[in-house]
Amino acid sequence: MKPNDILLAAVTKIAVLIILTFSIDLFFSGHHNPGGGFIGGLGIASSLVLMYLTFGTEAVNKLIPVDFKTVAAIGVLIAVLTGAGSFLFDAPFLSQTYGYFELPILGKTELATALIFDTGVALAVIGSAVTIILSISEDR
Amino acid sequence: MNNIIILPIIIPLIAGLVMVIFRKNVYAQRSIALLAILSTGLVAVLLAGQVKSDGIQVLQAGGWAAPYGISLVADMFAIILLIITAFVSFCCLFYAFYTIGNIREKNFFYPLFLFMISGVNGSFLTGDIFNLFVFFELMLISSYALITLGGERKQLRESIKYILINVMSSFFFLVAVAYLYAVTGTLNMAHLSVRVAEAGQGGLMTTIAILLLMVFSLKAGLVLFQWLPGSYSAPPTAVAAIFAALLTKVGIYAIFRMFTLIFYHQPEITHLLIGIMGAATMLLGAIGAVSKWDIKGILTYNVVVSVGLILAGLAAFTTGSITGSVFYLVHDINVKALIFLIGGTVIYLTGTSNLKEISGLIRTHPFLGWMFFIAALALAGIPPLSGFLGKVLITKGTFDAGEYWLGAIGLISSLLVLYSVMKIFMNVFWGETNLSEDMEKGTTRGIIVPITFLTAVIVFLGLGGESISSYIQLAAEGLMDPDLYIKAVLGE
Amino acid sequence: METVMSIIIGFFFAIGTYMILSKSLLRIILGTSVIGHAVNLLILTMGGLKTGGPPLLGLKSTSSFTDGLPQALILTAIVINFAVTGLFLVVAYRSYRVLGTDDMDQLRGNEDE
Repeated sequence: MKPNDILLAAVTKIAVLIILTFSIDLFFSGHHNPGGGFIGGLGIASSLVLMYLTFGTEAVNKLIPVDFKTVAAIGVLIAVLTGAGSFLFDAPFLSQTYGYFELPILGKTELATALIFDTGVALAVIGSAVTIILSISEDR
Repeated sequence: MNNIIILPIIIPLIAGLVMVIFRKNVYAQRSIALLAILSTGLVAVLLAGQVKSDGIQVLQAGGWAAPYGISLVADMFAIILLIITAFVSFCCLFYAFYTIGNIREKNFFYPLFLFMISGVNGSFLTGDIFNLFVFFELMLISSYALITLGGERKQLRESIKYILINVMSSFFFLVAVAYLYAVTGTLNMAHLSVRVAEAGQGGLMTTIAILLLMVFSLKAGLVLFQWLPGSYSAPPTAVAAIFAALLTKVGIYAIFRMFTLIFYHQPEITHLLIGIMGAATMLLGAIGAVSKWDIKGILTYNVVVSVGLILAGLAAFTTGSITGSVFYLVHDINVKALIFLIGGTVIYLTGTSNLKEISGLIRTHPFLGWMFFIAALALAGIPPLSGFLGKVLITKGTFDAGEYWLGAIGLISSLLVLYSVMKIFMNVFWGETNLSEDMEKGTTRGIIVPITFLTAVIVFLGLGGESISSYIQLAAEGLMDPDLYIKAVLGE
Repeated sequence: METVMSIIIGFFFAIGTYMILSKSLLRIILGTSVIGHAVNLLILTMGGLKTGGPPLLGLKSTSSFTDGLPQALILTAIVINFAVTGLFLVVAYRSYRVLGTDDMDQLRGNEDE
């Protein structure tokens, strides 16, 4: 089934961009301000779901050829391994650290290992949310 | 700090995740799963040595000190359960190789299995009540998926009830956690114990304790077991066996932890209630087991009976009876897995679960039949098998505590249990052989191996129970003396 | 404020219970979801209600900050609730496809299966 709604398609093209930008902003602000991996991931997942709704499953699958179950698994794996990384430094499980680095363009930036963990969370949320929606919508 | 404690939780988790990513190759999945379970078992044995020589091991996750961060605590009780979990899940996994079928294997059976083990291990190791909730959920969500996996009509129908009842009990768990936090201001179990001891266990605290008791008894199948027979007879044998062996036991573990570490100040209310609930569970479960005429029905009701007996040991609340409970817990995890696997094998061979349609299997499968006999005797607590020691200690404990009715009900229910399993033995294995070998729906080749392992351990636990009794003693003493746990977690 | 919250939580629990007791599976799932929200509000209330106090960071005095722990608990509870509800919906949908009904009366099952 291919949905064909011009209004929805026109709005989606713009809305997806806005939602994605906002989600990424939420994701990065999560370290000190409200936001973080979970809510950022949910935002990205919702934009993906919007695309699935508007353009149909096949079209989006062609555009984003990834298996979202794998995305979820990779996400959790990243999160767990970040925690387990503390084994190498003889620190307790889930220890985190951060430092300030001079980066091009961005200047002095704070980088924390919690961000890697959060990336894992975001991927897990994206993967599982989209999988749930797809598995309900797939067979009709 | 001891990072090894986290390994039994994250090894199965990582292995499961890797399998999800590379899910094409079934043989690779099998070997990874076996390897993961084996290594958790080895880690647990290593930890057992450390705990025996150095006392309770603690890991403060992320380096946050005790009452503020999340503590993982490995005491002897938890470690014994970890070891037995690894062993039983190894056997069930082995059994699953031959029976679970290609469709389930391709649809994430092994990852889900490992996630569930990870949740079970986490529940045993955590020292934080909210974290206990999280690991419970990890275990339960995997079990929801495992119970529906395959998508047969009965599975789907029963899984809905199973999920609903567990979702509700999880909400009540959260409610109890919220009240507990409001009253004490902490969620770390050791810290909770200190706070409750300081403030005294008043009426409000006892109410919260009973709310928690209700939550855990729903999960353990203590009185509130009405969901259990239906949902445990729906999934395939390997899954049903691991459910019967482990899931209710996690609930029992939580009840033990709560009522020996935190809410031990008013045993005349809480422990008496546990005793009454245990007695009711034993009686109702035994009546259910006797009344059923199909293998799965009898076996699932037997799960319920043993829950009652183990908690009778807690209700008596003496060092002897707790030792008995721990011993019986170890035995019960083993024997439930064994008897479910054998029962499942019978159903697998004959294609029916109805006792009246099967007879004379002993001629074609003597080995299976005698192992069922051993398991049945162990289940009823006949010496010298493994159930005996635990049952004697629990009964003696209840008599010592002056609660003769509880011990008596325990003994009566054992008799009914013996009758119910002997009913299976006599109907299924004795009589005219009505099924020749080539009419059977499958073979026992391969699946007899895990069954033999489990039987061997049951015989070993019975005959050589003395060799592990020092560890069991240590576990029971740790449970009876909360100060050890508190000191280990909070420091001096 | 606590009184209002208690009433709201009780109201949510009542709605959730009513919905769980209905026959339709979808209503039951929505009912568990409503109770989930009630529980989250309960945790929030039990942690102590306070306005205007952020959790700790950047505060001079330690008396005015909000306790961050209930919020962390709620976040975790929401995530778990999200996963469970998602799974429950998928199972319900699947069983509707296979069994052909979402009426709990017809999902009771019988002995001889």
